[in-house]
Amino acid sequence: MTEGVWPAVLGRFVWHSLPFVRAWENPTASEIIGAGAASIVIFGAVLVVALITRLGKWRSLWSEWLTSLDHKKIGIMYIVLAFVMLTRALIEAVLMRMQQAAAVGSPGFLAPNHFAQLFSTHGSIMIFFMAMPFLVGLINYVMPLQIGSRDVAFPLLNSISLWLTGGAAGLMMVSLVIGEFSTGGWSGYPPYTELAFSPGVGPDYWIWAVTLGSVGSTLTGINFAVTIYKMRCDGMHLMRMPLFVWTALCTSILMIFAMPPLTVATALLALDRYLGFHFFTNDLGGNMMNYANLFWLFGHPEVYILILPAFGVYSEVVATFSSKELYGYTSLVLATAAIALLSFTVWVHHFFTMGQNANINAAFGIATMAIGVPTGVKIYDWIWTMFRGEVRFSVPMLYSLAFMMTFVLGGLTGIILAIPPLDYLVHNTLFLVAHFHNMLIPGLLYAMLAGYHYWFPKAFGFRLDEKWGRISFGCWVAGFYLAFMPLYVLGAAGMARRTQEVFEPAFRPWLYVAGAGALVLFCALAFLFVQLWVSIRDRDANRVFAGDPWDGRGLEWSISAPPPEYNYAALPRVHGRDPFYEAKRKGNPYPPPASYDDIELPKNSKTGPVIGVVGAATAFGLVWHMWWLAVIGVLAIGATVIARSFARDVRRIIPAAEIERTERRWLRAEAEITPIPRAVETTPANRGLAEVSG
Amino acid sequence: MSVNELRHVGLNLGRTDALTHEEALSAVFGFWLFLMSDAVIFALLFATYGVMLPATVGGPTPASEYRILPVFLETLTLLTSSFTFGMASVAMKHGAPRQQLLGWMGVTLVLGLAFVGMELHDFATMFGDGAYPTRSGYLSSFFALAPLHGLHVFFGCIWIVLMMIQAITFGLDARVKINILRLGLFWHFLDIVWIAIFSVVYLQGLIR
Amino acid sequence: MNASRGKSACFALLSAFLLSGCNAVKLGVMNHAGPIAASQWRLYSIVAVVLIFVAGPVLLLTPLIAWHYRLSNKHNAFRPNWGFSWTLEGFIWIPPTAIVIGLAFLVWSYTHALDPYRPLVSAQAPLEVQAVGLDWKWLFIEPDQRFAAVNLLVIPVNRPVHISLTSGTVMQSLLIPQLSGQIYAMAGMTTHLNLAASRPGVYRGENTQFNGAGFQNEKFNVVALPPADYDRWVEQARASGHPLDAAAYPALFRQSSPPQPIVFSSIPQDLFQRILVQSTEPRS
Repeated sequence: MTEGVWPAVLGRFVWHSLPFVRAWENPTASEIIGAGAASIVIFGAVLVVALITRLGKWRSLWSEWLTSLDHKKIGIMYIVLAFVMLTRALIEAVLMRMQQAAAVGSPGFLAPNHFAQLFSTHGSIMIFFMAMPFLVGLINYVMPLQIGSRDVAFPLLNSISLWLTGGAAGLMMVSLVIGEFSTGGWSGYPPYTELAFSPGVGPDYWIWAVTLGSVGSTLTGINFAVTIYKMRCDGMHLMRMPLFVWTALCTSILMIFAMPPLTVATALLALDRYLGFHFFTNDLGGNMMNYANLFWLFGHPEVYILILPAFGVYSEVVATFSSKELYGYTSLVLATAAIALLSFTVWVHHFFTMGQNANINAAFGIATMAIGVPTGVKIYDWIWTMFRGEVRFSVPMLYSLAFMMTFVLGGLTGIILAIPPLDYLVHNTLFLVAHFHNMLIPGLLYAMLAGYHYWFPKAFGFRLDEKWGRISFGCWVAGFYLAFMPLYVLGAAGMARRTQEVFEPAFRPWLYVAGAGALVLFCALAFLFVQLWVSIRDRDANRVFAGDPWDGRGLEWSISAPPPEYNYAALPRVHGRDPFYEAKRKGNPYPPPASYDDIELPKNSKTGPVIGVVGAATAFGLVWHMWWLAVIGVLAIGATVIARSFARDVRRIIPAAEIERTERRWLRAEAEITPIPRAVETTPANRGLAEVSG
Repeated sequence: MSVNELRHVGLNLGRTDALTHEEALSAVFGFWLFLMSDAVIFALLFATYGVMLPATVGGPTPASEYRILPVFLETLTLLTSSFTFGMASVAMKHGAPRQQLLGWMGVTLVLGLAFVGMELHDFATMFGDGAYPTRSGYLSSFFALAPLHGLHVFFGCIWIVLMMIQAITFGLDARVKINILRLGLFWHFLDIVWIAIFSVVYLQGLIR
Repeated sequence: MNASRGKSACFALLSAFLLSGCNAVKLGVMNHAGPIAASQWRLYSIVAVVLIFVAGPVLLLTPLIAWHYRLSNKHNAFRPNWGFSWTLEGFIWIPPTAIVIGLAFLVWSYTHALDPYRPLVSAQAPLEVQAVGLDWKWLFIEPDQRFAAVNLLVIPVNRPVHISLTSGTVMQSLLIPQLSGQIYAMAGMTTHLNLAASRPGVYRGENTQFNGAGFQNEKFNVVALPPADYDRWVEQARASGHPLDAAAYPALFRQSSPPQPIVFSSIPQDLFQRILVQSTEPRS
């Protein structure tokens, strides 16, 4: 009887699926590291649970955060998720670099399969669960404030997207503890990921984590696009929107149209693996080339989904910290739109070596280089923004400058890769790895960190520590150059990517340098956490309640820090591109509203958490062939959606009196604060009120 | 701006219910965006079907499997259901008695279910012929495309039932109205996708 | 004295370290050994020169302008409301566009000239080679010479080589950096690569597309020999008395990487075709 019941309940699960059991049976360094990682996940989870219980915060965590539909809180939760996943994926990167440095002519300490899981999770996490949550979180927080809105268009959908992403990220974490992850890389190319070659649970973890994440991103894209189209305040014409909003809009449109190809690719792969279809198998008419097309039809626009909001952040930061109007606003908007459009026309450059004819390769190569034009225009626009400005080298600005200098190098190698005959040589080598890290670390990560430093005071009411910010910045930049410049050399020498063992002694010095770079990058992240801790400790000295620590230009700086949950007591009306900056110069930056009215906001909802958690459980059931769990999960999600559609009591009113109280308290505090000049903005003298000169 | 100036694509409530119309502007636009991303999914499945059409691997081919008569009847059924849903929307817009709205939705539901039933029967016949999805790349791609549409229609049917229940329990409040507008778009969208399936898959398959 | 000896030892170690580092690039296209790789290197050099003009201005202007217009420098203009100039717009849109158009011509002609499917121009007929990507090794068949080898490709110098590729397993990619670029090998499909060696030598080849636990071991040597030596080698190979028969054949498809190259003195008829068909047959 047990034989009949347990497989039905546990599906494919056996004791050997646990890394602890594997490490016990076969105590190699590789298995012990795997078990250690699993212990860290379990220990971390237990610690968090214990801490919340100890502090008695479950109720407030649930009602103020997890079920909240406030775009600001959802944004912050996204960014917390991004940091957690960044930590894991960066540690994985360090392990891989250490392995390669140790494995010149010796097997090193990581077994090939373990190494392959590491590069697969590292890539999948960095793209889907670090970069995406980070930029979605930033847009979530900032965009509604910048367009003078009280929330996004569909607050509940926003929460559902967050929880789908969170559930998918949770699935990635579970894969560390139960079973193994895919070894097929972040792109999951079949036929390698087909049942015939990867029969284990790994590719299934990858498929469902990515699918949940991509559905969440599609919904996010829809939500943001509707918000930007329909919820701008009076006078906020399209051509008056802050550049960050423009990039958010283009990214949202890309999400709407580029995430579905990924969903199709993973769904068809799932059909192959689960129901024996023949889309990408070697046998019975399957054709893996179709997968490459589907995946990169998503994959290339994805690059711009990641990079466009970063360009938006840089546009905000450079203008603010140069005390100057953004140069070439129209050019920047056009360039953004052009990049978004062109991003759909270049996907073939990811597989120039698949044997298509020279006309196709040349055409896609030229289209790829064409993207370089609007991108170059953007860089120059930022340079001319600094021109005749007053540049302050605060942390976000340092990231922006490092980005401009470093991104250009990535652009150069991008041109090299765009030229098919040169791509034939360095495709699939470390040169390619160096190139896309050269684009994504300065292009995405630096921007997210710049945005984090820039808007943190707005979100939490106090500035981040400047000294630790600079130290961390230095490590991010030095670490990047050390870790990735050697990879260009190795790639040009033909060292294949994803190599667990190296047989060329000549590669050794370069791998040592890259390994050192990875350690520096790890320190950079550690210092970021130190900075957060120091900043929270010293928060009272660095408060900027008045809300404008950087002499900001957009609407988001015209309210208190942190902003009230309703954002604006009265929805603003704008007359130009930098409304708050102009208002300050005209001497009336904080006009009290003519009258205070009740404001209607959405009530909290359990729907998001339920769908996210049940969605992840369903995915887990599918991964392990626990069919009962998958069926219950799907039914539960359906029931949740239906139940929610019957809910009518979904809004709450914030009474005018309460709003008036909040606003008056803020205005009173403001009257007592001394405005400060820019030279001292990084000192405790900065209380969030800018001295207006000129 | 007056209600008349702001319109969304599709049936507008307009002056008949100005308050809900304003809310519908974002809601319906958002649903359009969703439909567009859904359309991308279908487009890629069409492309995949086109790529895999030659991959019959000695198994069943389009010419041997497709039967024009049942497919034609399915088309008629679905197109008629689109018309009846249109009538339901018009009834809702102009405040006709609720029975009228429910009646038209009921007819749509029956037609929708009939479509799903006929399609399932088609698939069963194909399975009987040995034309099942694991047989070849071509059949895999067919069974990813056509049944996905069928699944959409089935979800549409569930949605119709839910909206009928809600129209009875809540009356025609703003959310019910907006959701019926969205359901209408969804239903007509499925029609368009079906027409593409009919022409690209079935007709083309029979011509070959 | 001890200290200075230590220092010089350190120095020697460091320079040996750096020297071995420099050796890395010699394994790549920079040390090209055939006409295709030589053209690729030439193209790379042209592009590199062009790119200096693309990156140079940004690398110079960014730090210069940022530093010159710093807040504490009061000796410069401050125009907070200046945000547009047609001249500058011209400078930032037109030259990059022109460069891309220029590069486009270069890309078009070189992509066609270096198309891996394009046969090399030569008085000699190309040497036919069939390459099969396996887990985790390469099988090179020379059908005209009627022998094959695992993880060893021997070719005559200065004679074009036409390689037809397929995979007996998942997708792989064949790269010999000193001779030419790479091309994918996929089951049930044939791709092509044309190359030649212009000087005798041993060149590294590998699969660059991850294909499982033995991926890192999937390396091979390409040995380019003078024609006379090549002919001698072929004779030796065919005389080695180790046929690729029914006993040896299944071992090829097992997941393994042989520590040493294996030479097969004879091969079955239509081996390549057989693998092409076999790899798309239903798996039980």
